[in-house]
Amino acid sequence: MSNKKSLVDIPTINKIARLSRLDIPEKAKDNLIKDLNNILGFVAQLDEVDTSSIEPLASVTGHKLPLRSDEVTDGNIEDLVLHNAPEQSSGFFVVPKVIE
Amino acid sequence: MSDLLKYDLLQASKAIKKKDFSSVELTNAYIKAIEDTSPLGTYLEIVKDKALNMAANSDKNISNGVSKPLEGLPIGIKDMFCTKGTKTTASSKILDNFYPTYESTVTQNLWDDGAVMLGKLSCDEFAMGSSNETAAKGNVINPWLKDKKVSPGGSSGGSAASVAARSSLAATGTDTGGSIRQPAAFCGITGLKPTYGRCSRWGIVAFSSSLDQAGPLTRTVGDAALMLNSMAGYDKKDSTSANVEMPNLMDYLDKGVKGKKIGIPKEYTQNGTSEDIVKFYDTSISWLKDAGAEIMPISLPHTKYALPVYYIIAPAEASSNLARYDGVRFGVRKEGASLDEMYELTRGNGFGDEVKRRIMIGTYVLSSGYYDAYYLKAQKVRRLIKQDFEDVFEKVDFILTPATPTTAFPLGQKQDPLTMYLNDIFTVPASLAGLPAISIPVGLDKSGLPIGMQLIAKPFDEAGLISTSQVLEKSADFKIIADGAAK
Amino acid sequence: MNINKELKPGQVQGETGLWEMVIGLEIHAQISSKSKLFSGASATFGADANSNVSLVDAAMPGMLPVINEYCVEQAVKTGLALNAQINNVSVFDRKNYFYADLPQGYQISQFTKPIVGEGEITIDLDNGKQTTIGIERLHLEQDAGKSLHDQHPTKSFIDLNRTGVALMEIVSKPDIRSPNEAGLYVKKIRSILRYVGSCDGNMEEGSLRADCNVSVRKAGEEFGTRCEIKNLNSIRFINQAIQAEAERQVEILEAGGKINQETRLFDTSTSETRSMRSKEDAHDYRYFPDPDLLPLEFEDSWVKSLKETLPELPDVLKKRLVSDFAITPYDAAILVEERDYVEFYEKAAAGKDGKLTANWMISELFGALKKENISFIDSPITPEALGELIMLISDGIISGKIAKDIFAEMMISKKKPAEIVKDKGLEQVSDDKEILKIIEKVLGDNQDKVKDFLSGKDKLFGFFVGQVMKMTQGKANPAIVNKLLKENLK
Repeated sequence: MSNKKSLVDIPTINKIARLSRLDIPEKAKDNLIKDLNNILGFVAQLDEVDTSSIEPLASVTGHKLPLRSDEVTDGNIEDLVLHNAPEQSSGFFVVPKVIE
Repeated sequence: MSDLLKYDLLQASKAIKKKDFSSVELTNAYIKAIEDTSPLGTYLEIVKDKALNMAANSDKNISNGVSKPLEGLPIGIKDMFCTKGTKTTASSKILDNFYPTYESTVTQNLWDDGAVMLGKLSCDEFAMGSSNETAAKGNVINPWLKDKKVSPGGSSGGSAASVAARSSLAATGTDTGGSIRQPAAFCGITGLKPTYGRCSRWGIVAFSSSLDQAGPLTRTVGDAALMLNSMAGYDKKDSTSANVEMPNLMDYLDKGVKGKKIGIPKEYTQNGTSEDIVKFYDTSISWLKDAGAEIMPISLPHTKYALPVYYIIAPAEASSNLARYDGVRFGVRKEGASLDEMYELTRGNGFGDEVKRRIMIGTYVLSSGYYDAYYLKAQKVRRLIKQDFEDVFEKVDFILTPATPTTAFPLGQKQDPLTMYLNDIFTVPASLAGLPAISIPVGLDKSGLPIGMQLIAKPFDEAGLISTSQVLEKSADFKIIADGAAK
Repeated sequence: MNINKELKPGQVQGETGLWEMVIGLEIHAQISSKSKLFSGASATFGADANSNVSLVDAAMPGMLPVINEYCVEQAVKTGLALNAQINNVSVFDRKNYFYADLPQGYQISQFTKPIVGEGEITIDLDNGKQTTIGIERLHLEQDAGKSLHDQHPTKSFIDLNRTGVALMEIVSKPDIRSPNEAGLYVKKIRSILRYVGSCDGNMEEGSLRADCNVSVRKAGEEFGTRCEIKNLNSIRFINQAIQAEAERQVEILEAGGKINQETRLFDTSTSETRSMRSKEDAHDYRYFPDPDLLPLEFEDSWVKSLKETLPELPDVLKKRLVSDFAITPYDAAILVEERDYVEFYEKAAAGKDGKLTANWMISELFGALKKENISFIDSPITPEALGELIMLISDGIISGKIAKDIFAEMMISKKKPAEIVKDKGLEQVSDDKEILKIIEKVLGDNQDKVKDFLSGKDKLFGFFVGQVMKMTQGKANPAIVNKLLKENLK
């Protein structure tokens, strides 16, 4: 981690902001770089830990994924589903047009 | 009416059933208390009419002789819990118009047991913070030394402050890295984070799914027991819900601590912990010893890595959990010329700085080229941290630590994010390991601010946590009321 | 583009030589469950917009997934039918990206540890040979919703009915070598899915879709850069798209260019592939294990019990039909395409001439149903009725030609063949004496033609046969007519 010199810079901020669909104003970017680099520098201390023979933790609980039987128990609630929609039309959610 | 505020949850539940006063009377007292303490900014939404309706209903039940464990008792709800028909915002601009059409399992459990809803309590935005300074609608002020304007802690700052200010009889909170225990300590009240899986996460705005847990914030340990009895329970709508029976916690009151082994981890008395807290830590150890517990030094060797692990895993999960806040199906939308522009403006405008910071960190540590070095590494170290506790719990029954390294700090200090994160240093390890933990007030520091001690127990031993923490509570006899509390 | 008649399937002729296609397919098969993979809303097709949507599907705050046991079973059964390794422990990962039909902002899928691992299937090629196509993996994932982009100049409309429906993604190894082979592979997979019952394979309704990965190379060289063509929903389009894409790539490479690895769509109106308009270079999906779900675990014994519920699969059935009914592997392959066909055939052919029955089913019945646009399950002719017809032919009661007329009548009236024969008096005349009488009449009436025949005009034999048939309304037993004519034309 630490020797990757994964320092965050403007191109990185732009890439990450794009991936997470966040509009970051130009003037905020420098501070963001500083903050992120500090945090990443802090978490880099995990490099000190030898985890070569350790499996990542899959679940804290240790129990198995419970299975549900195949029945229709939900749906037919268009009103509730659309209740908070910023824009809807004839039962559809409406968004700015996408061109594929 | 102000006399009614002196009853804690357990006392009120008995008194109300004896008809010493009605739920409507009690609820009105709290509604007034909310108004009197409004400068503290604890409540985002007060549902006066709904509360009084629920109270009247409870009074009917009580007169019919049908009454549930929390019948008629007025409770505040952290604004991370979806409450049907009542605005739920997660203290964020992006949800400032969101009215859920459904009720979270935990709050439904409370209403099913007769509780009365006072309203929604402020918190850090999307539960991300340790000072309640990231709430969209403004800071919450700790009722302790209220004119000094100190932080109530976070993220359940509104909940903790409200219980301490007596503007709710009890409150719900959520704890991801310490968000119940740390504010409880800062506000001189009790806060309990149950074992991961004890309380259902269904209907709670998700922050970090493998860590989030709902829990009670109350005046006393007994109150926490009563409230957790109602909140907890297996929920098949939540795949991570634990199908493990919880005993009636009321049966574990006043059970003492004789013969129990209490571990004192050497890694928790680091530099940076305030002198007063260290003093109370020592005092707490002797209290437990006097009560018949065996004190054992232990080591949790990977403790110092808990914070870095947390600040990789929690933001990573959050970055994904918060992707649904896109302005398409709910929330405050900012229009754009294209779909992507709409997303960017909606989220850029709707999320505060701390939330954006964490989303960026989370996105980064999951991104191509960095996943192994950060996220995967963190999950491996998390296993080691959990293993530390498992090893230690073969020798001891409980672990005692301070809840926080310092007492409440002034609001508006403009600390850099990393310094703010260090507040969670004692609470995060138990979160990562999914263990139940409680913070209880034991005294005041020199400046008059509350100090809290934390007890950590084995998985699903909330009962043991109740018994043991009650011993501390009894010894501490902390009966002081915050100066900013309602009278 | 020159089309060299000597090109083998999957080859493209370039200036610098012959190019080969390398093709891999990712098939998305909707599981025919009642409810969705992680929510209890209905998974059926065609409902009003947003009516088969739960709060979980709509990704409201605080919603959580709970997995559908039936979908897990179907994935395991399908894996077994693909001769694949079943992974008793698998993990669900989140695939993170933003799109209007993806409410969660991530798709729950399986990345590093899928439920089914490597397997293989055999496909029958047109030349009678067989080839093996490797399966890389099969995993479970959520389907996305539907966006309508062409209803309004500036707005798109989103329907989440399909969001969260269970999909099995079946990834082949890049073992496919031609568009035709790709079509055969899809047909075989579809057939297997329908046999197992895990997916109805309805490509028109979107229950089965394919993404094709296509690259080209010169013989003996390493694999080239591939492009992915998304969302092909018919065998015809799969064929056309692969051909168009391979040709496009060859043209670029021949001109000295490089292939950009990208995702493309097939434009059915121009029969060409085009790049998808996405502003990002490559998606970074940031896969990580879904913390709302625990690892999926089951025992060998459970897998074994599921294996026992599998029906006989096409390959096994094919062998059995060939050995039990003495039909050709080619015919058997056609019959085993659908379990319904096999069921029908076995009923019809029981105790009868297997080969004849197969011929009639494949040539006559399938043809007639297709012509009248009737689906197989709605066939007016039952297996028993067909069997009866076969019996009548085998017993010599009717000729093959008359049988065709009876068959046509059966299609319309649904009457039993024996009934039709009786009503119309269509029994074959097989009495030597009777036929001889008619032959003598025909020959007697056509002395001049008899003379011509005897002096060498052999083609006139057909004329005499025709006359006899005409006089018997086609009912004369052709074999006997032939025999007796030959004897009497001396």
